[in-house]
Amino acid sequence: MTNNYRYIGKDTPRKDARDIVTGRAEYLDDVRLPHMLIGKVLRSPLPHAEIRSIDVSKAEALPGVHAVLTYKDVPDATWGIPNHMRLLDKKVRFVGDAVALVAADTTEIANHAVERIRVEYEPLQACYDVDEATQPGQPPLYDQYPDNVIPQITKLLQNVIKGDVDKGFAEADEIIEGTGFYECFPNPLPPEPPGVIAYWKNPDKLVAYVATQSLGLNKYLAQPFFRMADTQFIATQCGGSYGTKNANLTPIGYAAELARATRRPVKIYYTKEEHLAAYSLRLSCRINARVGIKNDGTVTAVTGEWIVNTGSGSEAGPHEIAVGCGELQLALRCPNWDLRSKLVVTNRAPTGIVRGYGGQELESSILPIMGMAMEKANVDPLDFFKKNFVRVGDEYFWRNGIKYIYRGIDFSPAIDNGAARFGWEEKWKGWGKPMSVHGNKRRGVGVGIHCNADVGEDHSEAWIKLTPDGRALILVAVSEAGQGQRSSLCKMAAEVLNLPLEHVNMSFPDTDGNPFEFALVGSRGTYTVGKAVIEAAEDARRRLLELASPVMNLKPDELETEDGYIFEITNPDNRIPWRKATGIVRTVLGQGRFSEDFTLSNFLVTFVEVEVDTTTGMVKLVNVVNSAGCGQVIAPACLEGQLHGALGAAGLDTAIFEGGMLDPSIGRMMNSNMIDYKWRTFNDLPEFSTLTQDTPMPSHRFHAVGVGEIATSPGPSAVLMAVYNAIGVRIMDYPFTPDKVLKALSKIR
Amino acid sequence: MPDKSTIHLVVNNKHYELMIGKDIIPSDTLAETLRNHLGLLGTKISCDEGACGACTVILNGKAVLSCTILTVECNGVNITTIEGLEDPKTGRLHPLQQSFIDHTAFQCGFCTPGIIMTVKALLDKNPDPTENEIKEALSGNFCRCISHYEVLKAVTAVIKGGKYDK
Ligand code: FES
Ligand code: FES
Repeated sequence: MTNNYRYIGKDTPRKDARDIVTGRAEYLDDVRLPHMLIGKVLRSPLPHAEIRSIDVSKAEALPGVHAVLTYKDVPDATWGIPNHMRLLDKKVRFVGDAVALVAADTTEIANHAVERIRVEYEPLQACYDVDEATQPGQPPLYDQYPDNVIPQITKLLQNVIKGDVDKGFAEADEIIEGTGFYECFPNPLPPEPPGVIAYWKNPDKLVAYVATQSLGLNKYLAQPFFRMADTQFIATQCGGSYGTKNANLTPIGYAAELARATRRPVKIYYTKEEHLAAYSLRLSCRINARVGIKNDGTVTAVTGEWIVNTGSGSEAGPHEIAVGCGELQLALRCPNWDLRSKLVVTNRAPTGIVRGYGGQELESSILPIMGMAMEKANVDPLDFFKKNFVRVGDEYFWRNGIKYIYRGIDFSPAIDNGAARFGWEEKWKGWGKPMSVHGNKRRGVGVGIHCNADVGEDHSEAWIKLTPDGRALILVAVSEAGQGQRSSLCKMAAEVLNLPLEHVNMSFPDTDGNPFEFALVGSRGTYTVGKAVIEAAEDARRRLLELASPVMNLKPDELETEDGYIFEITNPDNRIPWRKATGIVRTVLGQGRFSEDFTLSNFLVTFVEVEVDTTTGMVKLVNVVNSAGCGQVIAPACLEGQLHGALGAAGLDTAIFEGGMLDPSIGRMMNSNMIDYKWRTFNDLPEFSTLTQDTPMPSHRFHAVGVGEIATSPGPSAVLMAVYNAIGVRIMDYPFTPDKVLKALSKIR
Repeated sequence: MPDKSTIHLVVNNKHYELMIGKDIIPSDTLAETLRNHLGLLGTKISCDEGACGACTVILNGKAVLSCTILTVECNGVNITTIEGLEDPKTGRLHPLQQSFIDHTAFQCGFCTPGIIMTVKALLDKNPDPTENEIKEALSGNFCRCISHYEVLKAVTAVIKGGKYDK
């Protein structure tokens, strides 16, 4: 698309590009502080046990060891939603749970010390499945949750209840009941492991270097943990997050407590094995649902129980449920709902904040049931989704339980463009019917959608400082985890101030030197932080022109600024450099703020074509089209990359090969290394097109909202549909590994 | 008799002498030595077990995983790391680096040094590889952000543009 902008919608090199390609970008493990110690964690070999005794004397006696901490030594604070997890506890709840912490001069010494800690455990019966966990007699993981169910949080949307479901079912032409499973426990697995370096500047001030996508969120979640001590969080370049480094609380807690004990900086940097087996997996869930549908694709009622397995602890479970409940309403317009959630703790590794947050899990499990209903009513899924995504004027409950009315754009063009690019009309042969059959190779197609109103969640503040040399510095606490947001914000400010992009920069990402900013979550950066930055730039520009007005003897609205000069609009030759207006000893400061808005949404439709080999059971992804609706695109190449991200971050491939394999006899994850944990390689890439619908979104001056997060979300259910169409048998539990496919085809038992 | 207690190696055209027991210990991997002793932090460690390619460097002309090689095995070798690609005098970027910038061929960038080194080793040997040869060479490089498509474009542009010289 062509537009009249100078930078918006045009590709410009990322501001940090040179650092990245030269290896100069500073990631967490590249930060070296003087006197820094290395922290290591002793992890539990048992899935569920009381600690009877811990003897740390041999570890403490090792030269070079500076501290060994157990549950007795850390503050009795809890975190998670709701608060329930201690940093170290008298109990262990999964294989890999933290038992003790060590700080030593080197990694080798720390590892030796860890090995020298003697622990006696009293094993308890473990459970990994939601049914097992809620059986009477199953020992509870937490005393406060005797039935292993975390009570609902009333301030959050935990259920979708509205209308009259009996009436809805009475109106339905077809009613379908079924159970969907999305229980693969995948790990989003950013390449850089989780890590934190912390030290106490004084007893009331914690300084932490964090690899994070969300500086503010790290700080605000961690602070209560340290009795509200002052905290300064400093972001390093973040080597991938996909949601998982939004909270970071375990590494922050470990590093900070060891730093407190040793009065030195301590680095915690997980090994890949720890990362895979003990850090923020994706929520797992199943749903028993009943849906009513009319023959024209109208959904008349949805009821069901959504049972979510959060593993041994809930970093954000109830909140993810709330967002999922909200997102499903945006994808499925239906007047009558009775959908209830239940959050269960088990002895799997803990789940956490992950890209796709709630909605991906809910949709991956319920849309296949919806698909059964569509099939019974003989509705083309494309027509179904087109009919049922959110429209202007539609009401929905969002995550806080409050009702909002959608006021954004119509996403039909995104669906139409995607369908045309994919060739849906030619490829769709009907439910359970392959697109083509060549010997043992059967191809099928599928489609899924996702919408998220979190694009306007939470609050942001930004300041912009104009300096007399014709430059602008954006002060905002935004880190860089791969989305390119720091560069995109510079583009927005440069556009408003009409400056060369090279003359607009971002402040150092830390929480002391910048105003409040929440986080880069839920694709919110483009709209929320964007708006704060735009407002700050406009404010700064206004002040600048006010300063120039008496100097040029013209009214501010007779002036314009360009490339560090101010000129008379009707006589552009009459111009002065900024410094003449401001003097050389002044800063011009603009301020901007964004306040939460849940009335807009982004949109993504994913089309997939798969090929199933009926001899080997292999499912091969052949073609993907991701077509997004997000208003004006700010940085096309960055967005394209993020939309390709569907194949990473525990996204679409959770339908094909990804997941954490548990040995239920010992509770251990069997593939917690990067050889056995499957990931997509360069020589296994499908054809992949990305499209964006450029209808302006009523958000801010540049009519944009973000969409990167949800790239992963519609994929799994689309693949499920495609595999069904290829082989004519519906497999309901992801991923569709060869054994499951062959079983479905009755080729093996 | 060669002195077995010292490892001599050349990294980015610079000669280093590393004394075993003093500068390095026998269990140090090349990746650790590059990062911790030589301060070449551009080489990344992700899996530390030979599975992800983040730590790829070029050793005697071949792309290798520096986390799977012991430094004590490196006597007499010639190594290039990501820091060795820029022209040290002019600061000019290697054409691959420039093309990665031009094509935004990264998101988080953590995999990027390893990917660039893998591709460089390929192109040094075969300046005109097919797309399949590029993919095959990169098959051990993990990129979880999924910048594969942009990487392939960036590499193809360098080859097509005839811009490649070692
Ligand atoms: S860090 Fe060497 S291959 Fe992964
Ligand atoms: S760019 Fe993030 S892993 Fe490749």
